[in-house]
Amino acid sequence: MTALRHLMRDPVAAFGLLIVVFAVFVATFAQWLAPFPDDAFESNIMQRLRPPSAEFLFGTDNLGRDIFSRVILGTRSALLVALAVVLAAMLIGVPVGLIAGWRDGWLSEGLMRFTDVFLAVPQLILALALGQLLAPGIFTAMVALALTYWPFFARTVFAETRRLRGALFVDALAGIGAHPARILFLHVLPNAAPAVLVRATIGMGFTILTAAILGFLGVGATPPTPDWGLAVSEARQHLPDAWWFATFPGLAILLLVLGFNLLGDGLRDAADPRLRRSRH
Amino acid sequence: MTALLDIEGLRVDMRGGAQILDGVSITVAPGQIMGVVGESGCGKSTLLRAMLGILPRGATARGRVMFEGRDILPDQAAQARGRIGFVPQDPYLSLNPTFRAGDQIFEIMRRHATGTRADHRAKLLDLLRAVQLPDPEAALRKYPHEFSGGQRQRLLIAAALSCEPSLVVADEPTTALDVTTQREILGLLREIARARGLSMLFVTHDFGVLASLCDAVTVLYAGRVAEAGPTRAVLDAPTHPYTRLLLACHPDRAVELAGIPGTVPPATAQPSGCRFHPRCPQAQAHCADAVPPLLAITEGRSLACAHPEPALV
Repeated sequence: MTALRHLMRDPVAAFGLLIVVFAVFVATFAQWLAPFPDDAFESNIMQRLRPPSAEFLFGTDNLGRDIFSRVILGTRSALLVALAVVLAAMLIGVPVGLIAGWRDGWLSEGLMRFTDVFLAVPQLILALALGQLLAPGIFTAMVALALTYWPFFARTVFAETRRLRGALFVDALAGIGAHPARILFLHVLPNAAPAVLVRATIGMGFTILTAAILGFLGVGATPPTPDWGLAVSEARQHLPDAWWFATFPGLAILLLVLGFNLLGDGLRDAADPRLRRSRH
Repeated sequence: MTALLDIEGLRVDMRGGAQILDGVSITVAPGQIMGVVGESGCGKSTLLRAMLGILPRGATARGRVMFEGRDILPDQAAQARGRIGFVPQDPYLSLNPTFRAGDQIFEIMRRHATGTRADHRAKLLDLLRAVQLPDPEAALRKYPHEFSGGQRQRLLIAAALSCEPSLVVADEPTTALDVTTQREILGLLREIARARGLSMLFVTHDFGVLASLCDAVTVLYAGRVAEAGPTRAVLDAPTHPYTRLLLACHPDRAVELAGIPGTVPPATAQPSGCRFHPRCPQAQAHCADAVPPLLAITEGRSLACAHPEPALV
């Protein structure tokens, strides 16, 4: 609770939180908030590329679909993709970090060098390659993103586990016969939780951006899914005349990524003021 | 008088061949405060950890640690839990930073102390007042990082006493504190020990602390006992060259600050014979061959040296 209060005192972080909460709200109630929820899949070619108006706040796209509705509907997939990727990355990275931090010798070295190898893989290249290898689509993109993001969690958790491994309370737990899994998950991991949470929040923003890039490159979401990156990509052919087509989905990406980054920074400051880096 | 704690021939080996302790024997009588001194790396902390069953991974202990008439080494001190209180050296990571201080101490008490939750609470509050921790009620709800170093050490002393132990082992509990706090904490420990008839095994490298607190002293060098005896006798008339040199290093006693040439040998490369011989001013050729046995020299005093200070033996 102290962390939340600290967060609210930081206006920039509070603004980030506001954006994220707003996005979650929009995603949850997208079906009811969108004026034309059917425009997710139905086209209406007679009213294509209309500029913003009272009826179509953000204008219409090349298939005559309401861009405002599609931005709203796209929020859900953007958030779900980011959440799934970050959770999958945590599921791989956290245990790897715990085990590597706890053990000595070849297992620890092996795991961390394996982590370094994955850290060196460029995200977009892997996603493009996987997209060619498997079917291009949002699932392939998510696999590629999760595979390149888990090393950050592994390293964060590894550092904290190493720091606490020699702590007296850990020795005492081992001394009374507590199983290493119990020590690691119940006593060591909570100490790493703030760092993991900060990493996850920043990872959300990062994943949304990368997923949009992949959509733009054609290896992310597939038409006719309402996806922000895909919309920007489709809009390319109609620039600069239909400026609204690319602008509003692009702004949605910008806003949500900004929100997650500001929130992540704020969380980092709240969790550990010594780690202040990106601002001030 | 039977000993409360009787450590006999305690050996600790690390995986990989390093030998931290080699046949250490220490006896603590009921109500006695025994000091253990030596330079860093002599195995002082390992000694305590071995008898508490919290050795680092890869270390194995052999020998006998008789406590209240039973050997507690084979079951890693499980029988003695709650009967031995431990005050650690580093007050920071001794408590888990993610749990409230009070909860962590109550958990110990639930396992080892008699009585109900309310009894535990009342008793812990009494102890926190005894160790002069300000606002004990609030302290229970705080997290470890919300205390200062001295407060945390007081808290840990209270925790060590929470299960009414008959023996308290303390690992340089005041080294991390400033001098005034150090004095207060030592005074507190002495008072509590006297008032409750506690025995203590007190590891330190400070002779001032030793002189003011301990009844008897064991000097450890490179994992072996160099000299042991009543504090006054040992400090006034050290017989082992190491003790003498160690005492000469103490700023209060020397006009010109002396040192001991060389360093404590690493546990992987212990010298043959007497382990102190490479640094010893009295050393002779055979010191490198024969290990000097620990022999009783006068009532209550023992020494492991082939060439002790001649005038004093």
